[in-house]
Amino acid sequence: MAASFLARERTVAAPGYSRWLIPPAALCVHLCIGQAYAFSVFNLPMTKLIGITQSAPDDWKLTDLGWIFSIAIFFLGVSSAVFGRWVEEGGPRRAMFTAALCWAGGFLISAVGVYIHNLGLIYFGYGFVGGVALGIGYISPVSTLIKWFPDRPGMATGMAIMGFGGGAFIASPLSVWLMREFSTSTHVGVAETFIVLGLVYFFFMMVGAAIVRVPAPGWVPAGYVAPAAPRKLITINNVFVYEALKTPQFWLIWWVLCLNVTAGIGVLGQASAMSQEMFPGRITVSAAAGFVGLMSLFNMGGRFFWASMSDLVGRKNTYFIFFALGTVLYAIVPFAGGSGNIALFVGCFLIIISMYGGGFSTVPAYLRDMFGTQYVGAIHGLLLTAWSAAGIFGPVIVNYMRQYYVDHGVPKAQAYNTTMYVMAALLVVGFICNLLVRAVHERHHMQQTAEAGAGALGAARSAR
Amino acid sequence: MAGNNGLKLVLAWSFVGIPLAWGVIETLFNAMKLFQ
Repeated sequence: MAASFLARERTVAAPGYSRWLIPPAALCVHLCIGQAYAFSVFNLPMTKLIGITQSAPDDWKLTDLGWIFSIAIFFLGVSSAVFGRWVEEGGPRRAMFTAALCWAGGFLISAVGVYIHNLGLIYFGYGFVGGVALGIGYISPVSTLIKWFPDRPGMATGMAIMGFGGGAFIASPLSVWLMREFSTSTHVGVAETFIVLGLVYFFFMMVGAAIVRVPAPGWVPAGYVAPAAPRKLITINNVFVYEALKTPQFWLIWWVLCLNVTAGIGVLGQASAMSQEMFPGRITVSAAAGFVGLMSLFNMGGRFFWASMSDLVGRKNTYFIFFALGTVLYAIVPFAGGSGNIALFVGCFLIIISMYGGGFSTVPAYLRDMFGTQYVGAIHGLLLTAWSAAGIFGPVIVNYMRQYYVDHGVPKAQAYNTTMYVMAALLVVGFICNLLVRAVHERHHMQQTAEAGAGALGAARSAR
Repeated sequence: MAGNNGLKLVLAWSFVGIPLAWGVIETLFNAMKLFQ
């Protein structure tokens, strides 16, 4: 019974089902798993689980707690790559249900870990089980959205992936409030907060799993006519998931994503410290926190804006904008710091971070253009290993270069200058990778008729 | 069918939109500190 409820066949939409119900279904999942970006709100309270008001000798250290997020992001990349084909072939409901189970399970296991003060259990619960939920949940609605919105694939995936950026906005204040409610003079309240979050997220994600539908075979939106012949960089054929790995296009786009994310993720993690050190005495701790919040908003907004824009100007051109504009902006940052121009500094980083978010949300549609719709979710899953790699490269470059220059006597206000030029150089490399992207050679295409083409021919049903 | 779909759309979008809007407003209030 349960298995049939989850089966792909049970999720085929009836005639007249509105495709605009699919983005909220996707958001139900992405808003929940986007909590990962807000996990740091637990770090400080978890250093005081024994000491309560201050850290006791047996309390966990911040450096040990930092691994929880890193492990989760690592397993996001691994699980999206490993389970991509399973997600694609099993349908979105089964994937969303699995992600909900793992996500809630990860929180509940971690609550036990907090309760018995076992950090290894939290690494396993939130890091591994939660990381698997992140990977499966992240890719679960992507190909479904692309199939429902063949006319606007960028906008559709942008909406979902915007949710991943927005999840932290909900999770951060909610977690702080819950911890405050559950804390007592002898208790920090982290375990109870984990339990509540796990249950709430499970319910939320299950609503998404219940709403989600896949379009019936041959369905196209009213008024949409699929192109009969491929356009220059938009195929009407499909490439099998593992065949995609044999194409230069996959690896070029892998580097495009990796370099775009590397450039953004490094400064995203260091934005608070960087702004205070580049403008000592002018940007305070609370102002820096406001700056980080503003960056998060642009990160989220950029996901929707740039992905929607890519439907108009094309995927390749959108990445050209990211790399060209990003290079210029990174090169301007040292000047903004040197001249004490806070508005210029803030403006540069807000645009940069919007393009960082845009890089995530535009890439599923880029893959659709290159490899077709049939295995786009699975191919996207494989591509997300670029995110895991960038998660290491970005912070390492920013942190170690800054430390190197500080150790060699460079004032803190100028310690980031070379890093900014390195980031600009990375974006130039990304520009070249993007430039080299061409249409996939036909020898990689699957033999069957392309779904898009078939959809155009068999457009018997349509719905709004 | 259209009316039924309309209600579902309002409910579904409210379900995700209200928490997201709340989070965005909270973040915006915090971000205002940058300009104080």
